[in-house]
Amino acid sequence: MSRPVSERVAPASVEARGWGWRHAGRRRWAIEGLDLSIAPGERVLLVGPSGSGKSTVLHALAGVNGGAEEGESVGELLLDGVGPADRRGRSGLVLQDPDSQVVLSRLGDDVAFGCENLGVERSEIWSRVRDAVDAVGLELPLDHPTSRLSGGQKQRLALAGAIAMRPGLLLLDEPTANLDPEGVAEVRAAVSRVLDRTGATLVVVEHRVDVWHELVDRMVVLGREGRVIADGRPKEVLVSARVELLAAGVWVPGEPLDVGAARAADPDTDVLLSGHGLTIGRQAGRPLRTGVELAVPAGASTVLTGPNGAGKSTLALTLGGLLRPLAGRVVAAPALAAGIGPDPSGWRSRELLHRIGTVFQEPEHQFVARTVRGELGVALRALGEQDTASRVDPVLERLRLEHLAEANPFTLSGGEQRRLTAASVLVARPRVVILDEPTFGQDRLTWIELVRLVRELADDGVAVLSVSHDAAYREALGDVRYALGADSLGTGKAA
Amino acid sequence: MTGRVERAAPTTTVIGRRPSDATEAPAAVPPPRLRLLPRVNPVTRLAAAILVTTPLLFTIDWVSAAVALTLQLALFLAAGVRPSTMLRRCWPILVAAPLAGLSMLLYGRPAGTEYWSFWLARITDGSIELAVAVTLRVLAIGLPAVLLFLDVDPTELADGLAQVWRLPARFVLGALAGARLIGLFLDDWRAMAMSRRARGIGDHGAVRRFATMAFALLVLAIRRGSKLATAMEARGFGARTARSWARPSTIGAPDAALLVIALSVAGCAIGGAILAGTFHPVWV
Repeated sequence: MSRPVSERVAPASVEARGWGWRHAGRRRWAIEGLDLSIAPGERVLLVGPSGSGKSTVLHALAGVNGGAEEGESVGELLLDGVGPADRRGRSGLVLQDPDSQVVLSRLGDDVAFGCENLGVERSEIWSRVRDAVDAVGLELPLDHPTSRLSGGQKQRLALAGAIAMRPGLLLLDEPTANLDPEGVAEVRAAVSRVLDRTGATLVVVEHRVDVWHELVDRMVVLGREGRVIADGRPKEVLVSARVELLAAGVWVPGEPLDVGAARAADPDTDVLLSGHGLTIGRQAGRPLRTGVELAVPAGASTVLTGPNGAGKSTLALTLGGLLRPLAGRVVAAPALAAGIGPDPSGWRSRELLHRIGTVFQEPEHQFVARTVRGELGVALRALGEQDTASRVDPVLERLRLEHLAEANPFTLSGGEQRRLTAASVLVARPRVVILDEPTFGQDRLTWIELVRLVRELADDGVAVLSVSHDAAYREALGDVRYALGADSLGTGKAA
Repeated sequence: MTGRVERAAPTTTVIGRRPSDATEAPAAVPPPRLRLLPRVNPVTRLAAAILVTTPLLFTIDWVSAAVALTLQLALFLAAGVRPSTMLRRCWPILVAAPLAGLSMLLYGRPAGTEYWSFWLARITDGSIELAVAVTLRVLAIGLPAVLLFLDVDPTELADGLAQVWRLPARFVLGALAGARLIGLFLDDWRAMAMSRRARGIGDHGAVRRFATMAFALLVLAIRRGSKLATAMEARGFGARTARSWARPSTIGAPDAALLVIALSVAGCAIGGAILAGTFHPVWV
């Protein structure tokens, strides 16, 4: 397909020679001794274990690592042969979190923001905005409110904002980590279209290799401290560096997941928690779904799926006694209620603790203590336990967090944070565990670990309910499977 | 049959349905546009509000406030603001004004006949007059402050502040982008409250819970803010290049007209008070 010449850009080159960066106040270098040369127009996938400094490289190339007060650098990192800070607008960066990148309240204004900062003429800005919105496939009016976009749409908006600046280098920092499969596909297609139109150089950091390996023509693997340990065509690197990639938690396409398959369970035996004629919603008068009937049996793993906005998380919170149903009843079986009323939303917080444990989607909402060990102690202290160490240590060890026991929860990596939130709930030994998108954005190692953990819990007799978009997770753990209906067809059986 | 029963592969049960009376999240209802004002720059409205209300701060008498309030009501009605809209948008002021009046009624400087007294509270001719003056004044200051901004879009206001008043773009746009995060903080707060209940620490007293959650929200706010700052910086925000503006923000004859109207209202109010002999500057 021929495209207007005006959208093509001069692709940028990247050159790193012995480059390193250390954040102010840290002893360890985030990345050290990086030697890398990227030719104009190349499409590079950068992978490596967490802590290998991948994001640091991207931020430096985007010129947002800050000046001398934010950290120090050694060696050289050049964009078109000069320092990135002197080449504002030559690179465009898309970050991981969809919510933290929206600047303005109308779609078109947000895309125009970068052009304004670069001093582009007004008439030129709006033609660029229309091209960019078209290129990322956002078929919405320019005055559409940005607050009403889905995660995938917000990431495409961020991409449009970046390419409207006509950068020669596109930098993507785990752009799909916070998205559901639909959003991932949207963003991938948008990036592919944008690169075909502009011919820009691409550097993408991502542990989901399967999303990108067909779109890039080069794959670079960083080891700890940022040494390049493999570099070449994706197909070849996936073979030659397979061991290192797996050890780094990278999703190597085609590599089997050694976790076993779900085994069908009867949803009506040993039910601990059930919903009857539930109408769910976060606000009175704003019901999301009605007529919801489900049962969560002990000793099995139940997986709940459904389209975006159907209220999966809302249903999980309702079952967990954290939201009141708008109508209908949540019933805790006598074995679970153990002497108190059957309605979890009427229980006290302390009573909930060893009955139903809920792990939320966003780890940062859940931290209340200053250290990892402190997080685990919270539940035990609330239960009035004296000897917390004997309960905390085994859980820390089980979830490989013992070396982080004194670390601040906010400083952990995404995978570590997810394990910590699970640990701080499991330490109270609840009979029912509810997990909201436990594998969202996780690397392969954390994924396997979480799946095995859930299986162990179910084998120990716990009733586990997970909300998940993840097809592989459902295959491994969907002993009982529910889907929140997409339409008004009501209840029924589906394959 | 004894022993293990061969189980079938798991099947998926579809549960729940969309409520028949499902109300989609209501489309943001556009606020009523003020007639006669659409081509007036938001910063001019800010200037007009200041012009109308500032003189009222210099005198405490009922005539100036009553004149200003009457003219304002007539002008807003002419601009197409329905009385119901006024009530809906101005209720905090409608509550605050009588409360301010009540405290004047009881504790205002006593003068003339005394009607009732209890300890420090005395109702006199003087305090009644003061109460009326203060009630009207709160209304006359509050009404334009709310109604002039009824249909102002924050982005347009920021454009005006930066382009017409030449306030530093970095500051204005930073504040505008930051204000957008407030909606996210509300969601954060709800999620944190639920998470604390799930973690067994939701039974604490309200004060302690509020304090710890407020601190946690602050931490979260700083993290969100710094992420937003990085995203803005990556798009060239704060670069030394002269910034251009995608949306022009200009002023013209309609802006001048609004300022003249604002000045006339203020002039009539003060002039009326002087003519009526009730003008009472606060510095006397």
